[in-house]
Amino acid sequence: MDYFTVGVVVFPGSNCDRDVSWALEGCLDIRTKYLWHESSDLSDVDAIVLPGGFSYGDYLRCGAIARFSPLINALDEFVKSGKRVLGICNGFQILTESGFLPGALVANKNLNFICDDVELDIVSSKGGWFNNVDEKQTIKLPIAHGEGRYHCNSDTLKKLVDNELIALRYKNNPNGSSFDIAGITNEKGNVLGLMPHPERACDETIGGTDGLFTLKSLILK
Amino acid sequence: MDQFAVKVFVRLRPSVLDPAGEATKSASIKLGAEGIKSLRIGKMIEVKIEGNGENEVREKIDLLCDRLFANTVIEDYEYSLEKL
Repeated sequence: MDYFTVGVVVFPGSNCDRDVSWALEGCLDIRTKYLWHESSDLSDVDAIVLPGGFSYGDYLRCGAIARFSPLINALDEFVKSGKRVLGICNGFQILTESGFLPGALVANKNLNFICDDVELDIVSSKGGWFNNVDEKQTIKLPIAHGEGRYHCNSDTLKKLVDNELIALRYKNNPNGSSFDIAGITNEKGNVLGLMPHPERACDETIGGTDGLFTLKSLILK
Repeated sequence: MDQFAVKVFVRLRPSVLDPAGEATKSASIKLGAEGIKSLRIGKMIEVKIEGNGENEVREKIDLLCDRLFANTVIEDYEYSLEKL
């Protein structure tokens, strides 16, 4: 029997790849496989995580160089087939740079690198990434970014709102993001990008377990 | 083949807040500079490139600017080109 396997992409400069793998394997018993960015063979993974970090040293713009890796080129087919892709922090930046998600992530309004726990409202249940079946809920996840201010034009924002593509909003906007946006999905719901780090909230001993549901939902079909 | 020196300027769109520019403006005022109304920071990229004439080179540079040098969601670009 084949086990469900989550591919964790490793770029030069990724630094949350091991955390994601630890959270999936150690906390959720979900098998993972590291995927080097030069690989374009995604045939033996069932879902993909683009982890946080500083791919290619954030040269030019965060995520701008990673976008041209063979793996990201292969991601188009993977996404079209309906398989699930989660981009966390730098992974979210890569997803916007490569056009899988609209908008862009730019320098925080106050220029600080913000490393903190934040309260987030779950806004949409699209894609089943969050445990909000009853009504609007709040979760607490850590953020750690210098360039996490979500920016888009007013037409894109309207589309995000109208099509329920906004997944998470900050309760107390830490970085100046448009409309307090912390995470969005694509229209189909199988691609989620978010600035907070669910993999850092998967065990009570490190401060909370509000990230477990999102990582676990990678195995949804 | 002709060789060209290209200078590409990438700027944040006017609608995008530039916190680094704001911080630098604040420091400029502390330095004693008067009359600064606005200060925004962009990037300049220098490229030396070969091609068959200016039109072909412009096509290449347009592609580079549009797909790589600038993210047109947040940035505008322009460039100047000099035949070497």
